[in-house]
Amino acid sequence: MTLDHKRLGLMYLWSIIAMMFLGGAFVMLIRAELFSPGEDFVSADTFNQLFTLHGSIMVFLVIIPSIPAALGNFVLPLMLGAKDVAFPKLNRMSYHLYVMGAIFFVASMLATGLDTGWTFYAPYSTSESPAHRAILFAVFGAFVLGFSSIFTGLNFLVTIHKMRPPGMTWFKMPLFLWAIYATSIIQILATPVIGITLLLVAVERMLEIGIFNPALGGDPVLFQHMFWFYSHPAVYIMLLPAMGVMSELISTYSRKSIFGYRYIALSSVAIAVVSFVVWGHHMYVSGQSVLVSVLFSAITFFVAVPSAVKVFNWIATLYKGSIRLTSSMIYGLAIIWLFGIGGLTGLWLAALETDIHLHDTYFVVSHFHFVMVGSAIMAFLGGIHHWWPKFYGTMLNEKVSLWGASLLFLGFNLTFLPQFIAGTQGMPRRYFDYAERFEGYNQISTVGAFLMGFSMLLIVANFLRSIRSGKPAPANPWGAVTLEWNTAPIPDPHNFDDAPVVGDPYDLSIFKWDEAEGGYVPTRPVPGLPYIALPNADSTESQH
Amino acid sequence: MTESSATSHVHDEHVAHHFDDAAQQFETGKLGIWTFLLTEVLFFSGLFVVYSTLRNNNPEVFAYAAQFLDTKLGFLNTCVLLLSSFTFALGVRNAMLGQTKALGINLVITFLCAAGFMGIKYQEYSHKYHEGLLWSGSEHSVFKANLDDVHPEIRAHSSVWGDAQKLTPEFRHEIGQFFAIYFCLTGLHGIHVLLGMILIAWLLMRNARGDFGPNNFNAVDFGALYWHLVDLIWIFLFPLLYLIA
Amino acid sequence: MILPTLLPLILQQQDGEGGFFFPPVASDLAIASDSLFFTILYLSGLFFAIIVFTTLYFVWKYHHTKCPEPQPSPVHNNTIEIIWTVVPTILLAWIFMEGFEGCLARKTPPPDAYEIHAQGRKWSWNFTYPDGTESSVLHLPLGKAVRVNLASSDVLHSLFVPAFRVKMDVVPGRYEQLWFTPTMLGEFDVYCAEYCGTNHSAMITTAVVHSQEDFDAWLSEAGDFMTKLSPIEAGERVFASKGCAACHSVAGVAGIGPALNGRFGQERKLSDGSSVTFDANYVRESLLDPTAKIADGFQPIMPTFQGQLDDDKMRVLVEYLKSLQ
Repeated sequence: MTLDHKRLGLMYLWSIIAMMFLGGAFVMLIRAELFSPGEDFVSADTFNQLFTLHGSIMVFLVIIPSIPAALGNFVLPLMLGAKDVAFPKLNRMSYHLYVMGAIFFVASMLATGLDTGWTFYAPYSTSESPAHRAILFAVFGAFVLGFSSIFTGLNFLVTIHKMRPPGMTWFKMPLFLWAIYATSIIQILATPVIGITLLLVAVERMLEIGIFNPALGGDPVLFQHMFWFYSHPAVYIMLLPAMGVMSELISTYSRKSIFGYRYIALSSVAIAVVSFVVWGHHMYVSGQSVLVSVLFSAITFFVAVPSAVKVFNWIATLYKGSIRLTSSMIYGLAIIWLFGIGGLTGLWLAALETDIHLHDTYFVVSHFHFVMVGSAIMAFLGGIHHWWPKFYGTMLNEKVSLWGASLLFLGFNLTFLPQFIAGTQGMPRRYFDYAERFEGYNQISTVGAFLMGFSMLLIVANFLRSIRSGKPAPANPWGAVTLEWNTAPIPDPHNFDDAPVVGDPYDLSIFKWDEAEGGYVPTRPVPGLPYIALPNADSTESQH
Repeated sequence: MTESSATSHVHDEHVAHHFDDAAQQFETGKLGIWTFLLTEVLFFSGLFVVYSTLRNNNPEVFAYAAQFLDTKLGFLNTCVLLLSSFTFALGVRNAMLGQTKALGINLVITFLCAAGFMGIKYQEYSHKYHEGLLWSGSEHSVFKANLDDVHPEIRAHSSVWGDAQKLTPEFRHEIGQFFAIYFCLTGLHGIHVLLGMILIAWLLMRNARGDFGPNNFNAVDFGALYWHLVDLIWIFLFPLLYLIA
Repeated sequence: MILPTLLPLILQQQDGEGGFFFPPVASDLAIASDSLFFTILYLSGLFFAIIVFTTLYFVWKYHHTKCPEPQPSPVHNNTIEIIWTVVPTILLAWIFMEGFEGCLARKTPPPDAYEIHAQGRKWSWNFTYPDGTESSVLHLPLGKAVRVNLASSDVLHSLFVPAFRVKMDVVPGRYEQLWFTPTMLGEFDVYCAEYCGTNHSAMITTAVVHSQEDFDAWLSEAGDFMTKLSPIEAGERVFASKGCAACHSVAGVAGIGPALNGRFGQERKLSDGSSVTFDANYVRESLLDPTAKIADGFQPIMPTFQGQLDDDKMRVLVEYLKSLQ
């Protein structure tokens, strides 16, 4: 089997998309059930299993690996001008672990009964839930996936440290690499803790050691601390790479150097560091001491600052640019708004007083979907559209891409904006049945969710069509200057014949759109630029 | 893969295609193994957090329960592991100098020490099991909140049964926590020793093949780093579990 | 225009009846909490409007059809970076302080607060009053500080009353508390907000806020129902207050547990294949040691009522079950 990081990246890509459809199918059933109060399609038990599988598959098998493992694997060594990641065999093993984790989750699904929620809160998960085998499968699955994630992070961290080409200093790295670097730190330091925590859950189920079970003298709140010690930083494992993709998209399609490069780069690291000490904001009403809550609340507000700095810098990058609304750019701009909403709604949840009412309601559900889906998944899709020409050497149908992006944006807002109101009105999360007064919000949500489902089908159909019959892609269809665009239309297995020449990764003035050529052409002779943009008779831009 | 023909560098056989030279390969591997060890530290630290939280919840229970651990065997095991770390370190030096035979001997001693450690650990575990010094959920535990729940066999054989009867039910209820974390910590550490033994066996095999020499000792060096960490973790475990009373 | 009509509706501070964002404001804590909510709403609304407006404006103004070439502009500016780092930091610190003060005000209940014990179990609530009266509905006196002590019989639960803006996890093995002063007469929803298994979303009851006189009347009536009511009616009251109906139907529909009507005196098939007569002793054993004999086709998940039902209550409960056809 291959050791090529690009092949592995694509294998991740399709595995993740497959898992996304599985997790998505579950949520379609959930939304159908919630269209009206009472039992409509599934029983309460089935419903509980559906949201558990939806949550754990989307978190562990889709969003966490999405950008780092799929796009990161494909793009990172290319951006670094390297021939591969530092440890290709370890990289392949990460993928095998990912597949093994997926098999565990499918086994858990087939064993039926996994009903703990993706949070596996004790003592329900350790002693009360009847789903013994399903929980063990799921816990081992998450454990294995943790190691897949750790090894990917380790590989990327070492690659970035040791395999940069001559001339690429830290502050000449593309921001995507900074983001992946910060992500790797979290993956390496936080993931082992969830590993050992889930292992304890498994041991507790099998042997009744009772570390988390109060009936045996254990401490259930300790579980929550250990769980969130990983799972809050994990939010940034999902989000930081998305921010990295954003920086590439916004700069490329504005044809302007990214504004405030150093601030964006360092804010990624700041977020990674601070993310380790905010986990207690998930636990204001869990019974932790008020002093602890106060400290966590204060630090949580500070983690908002570097995120805000990034948003302002992206907007400033647009200023005086030459903006093209390609599908990737539509994703980029959508993320500025959606992440804006996701981030700002976090303020209510970080504030000690307002969180008490909103905690564990649909307000929280909507908040984290704005961040997980509205930002992370949208960036994943935006990144796929951006880098797709390198994947298979073919272009996507831009019209279909634009429709997909727009419908997804519309469906997303329809789904999740009403959930904020359902939440402030008091609808708790993980509810199979609800009071009449919440029906309106849920109906809009369900319609939106099905629209999202449809747009995802459209987006992936577009991918498949491109592989079968897409127009051949030029080497550099977007006129971008990071090193991955300085390769053959389909990069060679060894990536580069000669060590690439490193310049400013955001000096977009090197290329200029040429109407006659229908593509980007160099504006001046550039050393070490073997793959100039090839003339492309029918442009894929859906301009004017 | 067709890398070697396409690259412009002249590679020596020990350097993988994607590295420029042996030095870069060594540096990269070194950073990789250190990062991995950091992961391992965090992995164990999760259990150390559990230990300190549970200890903090019931300090007097933990102080009392520590007396049931065999300090002498624990100390012996500490010495065995220290010796094994020393011989492994000597082995790294042997590998660097190309002393294949000495490397083989040192690795064998390291392996035997590891096996000895596991043997002593087995002694301790089986003693605990026979005495019923287990977590409270185990049916063989001598410490049950309700004395009627104690297994008749344990009542008959365990030398701790007399002590257990004198304790309050609450105290007996909590004491299982100590043995739960004891078995988790030493068990996870034991698994790492076993993995280390597989690693040493693999190194021995490669050494027999004549793989190691002054130009290629990375695997021995990195294996030794892992082994030192396993040793170091035990150095923390021993006082935390056996000595603090 | 829709906006001018919608905006006042959305942004207006809530009156007692609730509105676009919130259910009724029915406790003292709700007033403070909502006020901070709206403060953050205005502030973040302003920021969001700026973000949306500038992105739209830039995309329109610098679209490549208008600007085929990017125009020279600085790519970094320390002053502006510092401004947009420091200004949000100050605002965020201020919001933190506001939330912190609100949280401090919630921390310590007044010493003379009226105490109610709440027991959460899968999947019902049980409230015990200082005189020992029990109820599955949370009855409260208007205008009096109430402290609710929380305990769980099995897994995590969370007591959530949206109208009061209070929520607290109920953790097995320890006691938690919350307190508030009801400021509005009426009936309000009480939810479980921490996932607790199959019937999590059915672990619902009502908070009824009475005037002080009505509350006293309810308490004295509920307090001595054992002597005032007939055994069957008293048994029905116990059945309701212990939340039995969460799992056991009395209308012949099997739920989480078997239906209990028409059972008394009948032979009952058990999960181990044997059978048992559904009599007073079986009821008693099932309450004290629920997993000893499991009805065929059901899971051994009923919590024990050991220490929660005295002999009298068990006697009337048996009378009630006898009466169900």
